Amino acid sequence: MATVETSRQPTLADRGRLLRGALRPVNLFLLAAAVFLVVGSLDSEIFAQQTVAGLSQGAVYGSLALALVLIYRATEVINFAQGELAMATTYVAYQLIQWGLAYWAAFFATLAIAFVLGTLIQLILIRPVQHKSVIAVVIVTVGLFILIDGVVTWKWGADIKFMPAPFGQQVYHWGGVAVSRQDIGTLLVTVLSVGLLWVLFQFTKLGLGMRAAALRPAAAALVGVRVNRMLAIGWGLAAVLGAVAGLMTEANQFVLQPSLMQAVLLYAFSAAVLGGLESPAGAVVGGLLLGVFLNLVGQYVHFVTPELRLPFAFAVLLGVLLIKPSGLFGRRTVRKV
Amino acid sequence: MRVHALGVGTAAATAAVLALLPFVLSGYHQALAAQVGVYFIAILGLDILTGYTGQISIGHGAFMAIGGYTTAIMSRDHDTNLILTMLMAFGVCFVFGLLVGLPALRLSGVYLALVTFALAVSVPQFTLKFSNFLGGSNGIQSRTVVSHLRLYAMSWTAAAIMFVAAWLLLRGRTGRAFRAIRDSEVAASSSGVTLPVYKTLAFGISAAFAGVAGSLFVMGTNGFAQPNEFDLLLSLELLVGAAVAGLGSLWGVLLGAAFIGLLPTISNDVPLVGSAHGQDVVFGLIVVLVMLLLPTGFAGFLARFRDVRIRPTRT
Repeated sequence: MATVETSRQPTLADRGRLLRGALRPVNLFLLAAAVFLVVGSLDSEIFAQQTVAGLSQGAVYGSLALALVLIYRATEVINFAQGELAMATTYVAYQLIQWGLAYWAAFFATLAIAFVLGTLIQLILIRPVQHKSVIAVVIVTVGLFILIDGVVTWKWGADIKFMPAPFGQQVYHWGGVAVSRQDIGTLLVTVLSVGLLWVLFQFTKLGLGMRAAALRPAAAALVGVRVNRMLAIGWGLAAVLGAVAGLMTEANQFVLQPSLMQAVLLYAFSAAVLGGLESPAGAVVGGLLLGVFLNLVGQYVHFVTPELRLPFAFAVLLGVLLIKPSGLFGRRTVRKV
Repeated sequence: MRVHALGVGTAAATAAVLALLPFVLSGYHQALAAQVGVYFIAILGLDILTGYTGQISIGHGAFMAIGGYTTAIMSRDHDTNLILTMLMAFGVCFVFGLLVGLPALRLSGVYLALVTFALAVSVPQFTLKFSNFLGGSNGIQSRTVVSHLRLYAMSWTAAAIMFVAAWLLLRGRTGRAFRAIRDSEVAASSSGVTLPVYKTLAFGISAAFAGVAGSLFVMGTNGFAQPNEFDLLLSLELLVGAAVAGLGSLWGVLLGAAFIGLLPTISNDVPLVGSAHGQDVVFGLIVVLVMLLLPTGFAGFLARFRDVRIRPTRT
């Protein structure tokens, strides 16, 4: 996605650049990583199992990271409440199921509600502070974090809730490799939603308008794109992605509680920064890489016990920012004085 | 000059009220007021960093945790005098602050917010990893427990000392450098402010303040240091307190501390949401409303009136 989005029609020179782009160090690195994972998986059954589980978790990190990136690209706002919003929409799904809806009916109804919720938040809370300082916007989203957290604990309580397992409990065995249906289902759902979003952005007029509003707001407004409406829709879509991430996290952890997404939010931040904070493709790739990486490190490095998963993600975040702040796919920003 | 006299007058009046307050308060309310003092010190530190130097931090709960654990460990292992452990917490957190400040040199704005957020989430995890030394999820019990009145006295004495220290620091050369960095790093650097030195220093001082606050915080929980006391919400509350009060205003800090220290108790009595978990609803709502309606915080709101009164002719 990142390489295709030039603002002009592709010329012959651009095509040449694309070809050379395919051989960029980043892509070679990803290729090497893929080869490493495949070879490792063929060699060791535990490795294969951890890789699949890691991909499934990483897909969830990636989709929440993508939600963050969608918003960041359009408005340079990091939504610290993104995880809590995802958690709240998961509670909405829980409530719908309690009222008698089937899981998947509740799933799609929740996505619609999430869209409305995300749009409303942008319209009411974010738009007034959008052009103020970074600190002001961060604090509003932090306030939103506390507010959503409060509303959920107030409404549903802090105790653990249970939801039906969307994919059943089966475990498939291929040779010695055990892979749960749950992991495959999570991977499919998140990849499908990310894919649909990509289609929306790439092939519809609405998507074109949204890309224009994000990249060149002033120019987009001049050619008739309703920039503000596009930004609100962007927040709505981010909330939908968040809801998918929240529901899939719940399915992975089997329990629902208000702290559902707090750890996932940090993983999503690390994934987004790893991929380059401005690159949607980077967010997804970053999420997958991080998920697999954390699982493999947890498996093979004995010092890294589950308690160190979060600090480890922090180390990834810090390391990327110090060594290559633009991440894997991001473009280097040049600041004028 | 009149502003100066006004400032000293208000300081003296506030100090007098705070000194007399314990005589009219019950034990419970003394503890609550002591808690406000703890938040006061922490927000003061955060304000030096975010309000005066322009570097955002969502991770000050992490420094409070380090300070609090310093006190608990020293008390548990060596039965050190608690006041001495506050000084140790100051020193330890100053060093940790410098360490965080070094990578922070290369980061700004959103990225710094992300890193400090990650810091706040990560630090409590270490207490679980190294549970032999740091007590795991059960926490650490200090050997000495202080009474409510003593806690109040320690907390507000420390607050007064640190307020004066912050004021002296910020009015002089260092404070000028901090503010110059906040307003424009490029301009500051071309006027001879060594950015790395002052930015790291701001982080160190700010963390040291948070460390002292954390030390008192642990004393306030009957000397019990536990990882879930220093959760993400604490860090978020500190930032919110600093923002609601008005970033870059020393006086606002008192309001901010009172806001986050007292609001949870007050909002228990609000109808509808006044249940076990309703406080965060009120809290979050007020934060968002304040940011939307009074972007400069309470202090900025009040300053508008003060400016009108003192300089009526200025256009």
